[in-house]
This record gives sequence, structure tokens and C-alpha cells, in this order.
Amino acid sequence: MNRFWGFIRKEFFHIFRDKQTLLILFGMPIAQMLIFGFVISNEIRDVGIAILDQSNDVATQQITDKILSSGYFLLEDNLSNQDEIEKVFRRGKVKEVIVFEPKFERNLVRTGKANVQIIADASDANLANLITTYTNGIIHDYVNQKNILISKPMQIVPEVRMIYNEQLKGSFMFVPGIMALILMLISSMMTSISIAREKEMGTMEILLVSPLKPIQIIVGKVMAYIVLAFINAVTILLLGNFVFGIPIQGSIILLLVECMLYIILSLSLGILISSITDNQQVAMMMSAFALMLPVLLLSGFIFPIENMPQILQWICQIMPAKWFIIIIKSIMLKGLGISYIWKETLILIGMTILFLSISLKKFKIRLD
Amino acid sequence: MLPIIFVLPLVQLIILVNAATMEMKNLNVIVVDQDLSVTSRQLVNRFSASPFFQLSDWSASLTEAEEAMERGKVDIILNIPGNFEIDLVKDNHAEVQLLINAINGTVAGIGYSYAASIIGGLNRDIIAKWYHIPKNAFTQLSIATKPSFWYNPELNYKVFMVPAVLAILVTVIGMFLSGLNIVQEKALGTIEQINVTPIRKYQFIFGKLIPFLIIGLVELAFGLIVGKLLFNIPINGSLFVLFTTATIYLITILGIGLLISTLARTLQQSIFISFFFIMVFMMMSGLFTSVETMPNWARSINIINPVAYFMKLVRTILLKGSGFRDIYNELVALIIYGFAILSLATWRYRKTE
Repeated sequence: MNRFWGFIRKEFFHIFRDKQTLLILFGMPIAQMLIFGFVISNEIRDVGIAILDQSNDVATQQITDKILSSGYFLLEDNLSNQDEIEKVFRRGKVKEVIVFEPKFERNLVRTGKANVQIIADASDANLANLITTYTNGIIHDYVNQKNILISKPMQIVPEVRMIYNEQLKGSFMFVPGIMALILMLISSMMTSISIAREKEMGTMEILLVSPLKPIQIIVGKVMAYIVLAFINAVTILLLGNFVFGIPIQGSIILLLVECMLYIILSLSLGILISSITDNQQVAMMMSAFALMLPVLLLSGFIFPIENMPQILQWICQIMPAKWFIIIIKSIMLKGLGISYIWKETLILIGMTILFLSISLKKFKIRLD
Repeated sequence: MLPIIFVLPLVQLIILVNAATMEMKNLNVIVVDQDLSVTSRQLVNRFSASPFFQLSDWSASLTEAEEAMERGKVDIILNIPGNFEIDLVKDNHAEVQLLINAINGTVAGIGYSYAASIIGGLNRDIIAKWYHIPKNAFTQLSIATKPSFWYNPELNYKVFMVPAVLAILVTVIGMFLSGLNIVQEKALGTIEQINVTPIRKYQFIFGKLIPFLIIGLVELAFGLIVGKLLFNIPINGSLFVLFTTATIYLITILGIGLLISTLARTLQQSIFISFFFIMVFMMMSGLFTSVETMPNWARSINIINPVAYFMKLVRTILLKGSGFRDIYNELVALIIYGFAILSLATWRYRKTE
């Protein structure tokens, strides 16, 4: 046992003596959290638009004012004919052109109907979709205000409650995802690189000839990183709570236990990667690409899983991050207890055992 | 390393392009109808007829419905209180309750506006029926909005993701390879052998730069071919413009990688630093979420984000067919950027420690 403690102490020295790496390890998650928490959102702001007003009357002016005062749009240009649309799109500042038909107000008053064309630059399809929806909403709003003057005798009033996120904050969606991403990357990358480094430097042989058992070597390696990653998890939770105002409705202890489980899972994944490769560079590339992209894309972090093709949805099922994000959202935002998330928890435990046993099996006592 | 360079684009293209869609799925609605009147049934029918909502379940009590929401099975609870119809007729005022799972705020907002318009539509029809007014005599004003989407009329997400993936490919390959390179020479000790040769500093940097530049361009060409064959993406601009832009961009990004490489002492440091920058640059570049959804300070930071320039340029060149004249400003910015970074890297590279 003494030997084992010695080994663990050695690992801690390894990490804490390298001040620069330590700074990166703690500074990076915080910086990433802050940057992404503020940057990733689906709410548009100040999108450049141009207006082609062929009517120039009170109604079009009112609608234009309403659109521009919404804060979503910024007037970049006033166009005078259709041919200019292509030109402004190609320069790229203008993302949407709103075209009012001639005699807009006259049509609206006389026939009750008028036409607006919304032309969006769909080379960014997501944005195009968002901005046309917003513009549509604003124009609808304008019409509704006009129509309110026509009194309605029988009113059905929808009373709405936005549950779990009353202010519709975007960060509620993204912070759990960022947490899953950062923990996964930090933990698995750190372990895989550290084991690969021992192999590359040749110090692995020294460990192998020591009386330590393979399991002790692995546990010892992982121990130091568990502590580091756990500190990271707590930091992220604190940031989420104090900076982004994300509540922790459920039990904090349960949340921390689940974080721990996820960290151990990520670490065992790291061990698995390093047992496949002997080279730091390849270990890094593998953990970066085999882990980062899937976590980003296939975990429901940014893109809803329900929209994906069936095959990808199946692949999503084996992404640990997907289950972790469900767990975190359930505990933090919905305030649910273990009785609601035992299934997800079991899946994570199962994955951990699987990864650990594979890497134990693949862990070679002898070097080639 | 070689397999990674060529397998990566394939995997990335296939997964990224298929996964990255923001299209809205049908929202699952659970109905708690405590009124069970003609009107309430009409309301429910309208919801089930709407393509936007999926009527997943009926429930006798609100607690049961809330339980379903907690389990994540439904997104919206439509709660019609008892006496709904009677209230509407007698008091001229009746309420229905919508409980929306708002963890994804955008979806919740859009879902609400659709629900409200369904309820409003029913409301109008009821009024028309009760007061025996023919529907078309209603002097409701309406403005028809016709959205049209240029360059990608069907809002095909693949068309817009493929160019972005190409940009990512070039970036990742360029920055990682160059970021690791000099450090690795340091780790292996071979850098000293180079340092004792009469090679000049700028020659050393350029010698490092050129192979990666070629790999990056080959990678781009490979990705472009895959994109064309697999997804049939449009190539509206000239390839000459595209590859010139890519060369300028690659020089910049390789310069950043080499700079990191000269700064870092160990491989691990270099890895973490380049990883950090790639992540930040990528996420802020408008790859997944458009630049237009970012706060102003983030957009200002993007002035020094080379990936943001390139992301925009690749999309405009491929999809809109922009030529040099349209993208003049961005190109000049990239050239200045690349020049500055390379000078910095050359200056930082020390032959003697």
C-alpha cells in the first residue's frame, strides 16, 4: 500500500510542478465557460438588413420603425430597385432584404390585404430561418395591434407559463452542454496524454517492472486527475450559478456525485485511448477528434437529437455526454431526484465499467 | 498521421453535415381537458391538426401531465379548465393555460407564438359563428409575408454546413500540425541539430510553413471533391478565388501554430494552448451559431479571429459566387494578419536558448 501512495504522490508532483500546464488546466475551463456561455445563443442581435420600400407611406414607415427598434435588426442600406439585392448580398453585410409592394398602405386599407416579401441570405441557413421568423413575428405584431381596435366579444385568453426557464435565457440550454464538453475533454485528454508520455519517455518500463499491479498503476494515474477535474466541475457549477444565474434546484450532493461519475467515465475513456496508442501526438488527436466533435454535435448540446437522421440518433445513444446532459438538466433546472434519472445514471455506470475493463485487458505488462 | 489526415475529412463531413440542423421538430403536446365541451374539443382538434404540434397524450389530471413533462416526454401542456365553454359564453372571457418547457428558450418562444395563433384562429371562428357573421366579412387586416431564401432556397442545411466543415478541416489540420511541430523537434532534441546549421530564422520558419501549406490545400481539394460527390454542394464561385483565399488563410493559421510552437516548452502545453485557441476560434466563427447571434463584444473579438474571416469567405465564395471585388476587405485584413503573425513567429524563434 505504501508503494501505491508513493505512486500517487509522484503523480501529484508531476502535475503541480508544471506551473504553466497547471495554469492552463484551471484557466482554460473558466475562460471557455465564460466565452461560450456568452457567445453561444440562438437570439439574434443587430443583424444587418436592407429595405426596398416601393411604397413609402405611413404603414411601411411604421413597420420599418417597428422592425428597427426591436433591437434585432440594424439598417445597413436603403435600396431603390430589385437589382441591388444581389449586390448587397454578395458583399455580405446585409442578411435580409424586406421588400414592400407598391401602394402598400392603400392595399392594406382598401382590400385588407398587403404583401411584404422577406428575402433572406440563406447561405447561412440557420440564421436565415431565425431572422425570417423574427421579422414575421414583428409584422404580425403590427397587424395584431391594428386589429385590436376591432373589438372582440368573446375572448379566449391563453395564459402561458414558461416552466424551468421563465426568462427564456439561452444559457440554460448551453451551460450544461459546456460543462459536459469541458469535463470530458480535460479529463480524458489529460490522462491519455500523461500515459502516452510515460510510454514515450520510456518511464513506463520502470513502472511496469515495479511491484505495482496494473490496476494500481491505472488507479494511481487517474487519482490525481480526478481531483483536478472535480475542482474544475465545482468551478464550472459556481460560474454557472453566479455568472449565468442558472439555479441548482435539486440536491447538490446528487449533482456532485453525478459529476464525479462522469469524470471517472471520461478518465477511463482517456485510459482506453492511451492503451491503444503509444504516441502523445496521436493520443491528443484521438481525444480531440474522437471526443470533441461527438460531444459538440451528437449530445444534444447545440443541435437537437430529434432532428437527426435515424442512424445518427442511434450513435447519439452511445455518447456519454448525452446522458450526462440529461442528468444535469434534470437535477439543476427541473430539481428532480434520483428516481427520475436512475436509468441515465445506470447507463453511465455501465459505460464506465465497460471502458475500464477493456483498458485493463488491453493494458500490456510488457512493452513491445 | 496520414490516415488521420484523409479519414478525418470523410468522417467530419458525414457526421457534421448530417447532425448540424436547427430545424424544429414537432413539439409534443399533452392535453388536460377538464371541460370536455364542444369548444374545448374544437380547440384540441385544431392543435392535433397543426403540423407543428404532435398530440402525444391525453391526461386526466394536471399532476399527471406535469409528471410527463418532468420525465421529458412532452414539451407543452395544454390545460383547459372546467367551465371553459360556460365562461366563454357567459362572461365573454375564458382562459386556457399553456405550460411550456422552456429549457430551450428559442423553441419555447416559437412554440408559444404558434399556439397563440391557433387559439386566436379558433377564437375568430367562434365569434363568427355566434354572431352569425360570414367569415369573409370580417374586416381583419392582414399582411402576407412571403419569405424567400436566396442561395439556398430549400434551406438545405447540408449546403451551408459543407463549406463550414471545409474551413474547419483546413484550420484543424493546419494549426495542430504546425503547433506540434517545433515543440516535437524540441522534445526529440533535433531542433539543436537545425540550430547549429547556418540556416536563417526566416528560412527555418518558411521551410516549416510550406509543407503544411501544401497539405492544407490538398486537404481542401479532397474535402471539396467529397462534398461535391457526396452532398452535391454548389460551387458557384471560381476555384481560383477559393484557393487563393485558402492559401492566404493557411499562411495566417500556420503562423499562429508556429508561434504557439515556439512559445511552448512541452508538447502538452502546446497541445492545450492550440486546442484552446482552436476551440475558441471555431465556436466564435459562426460555424454552429451565427455571428449575428453573438453579443457585440464577441463580434469585436472576431476581428482577430482568422477562422471567422475564412468561414465567411468560404461560404460566400462557394454559395454566392463572390469574386475578389466583393471580398476585398476581408482578404486585405487576412494578408495583414498573416504577415504580422509570421513576423512575430520568426522574431520569437530563438536559435539560442
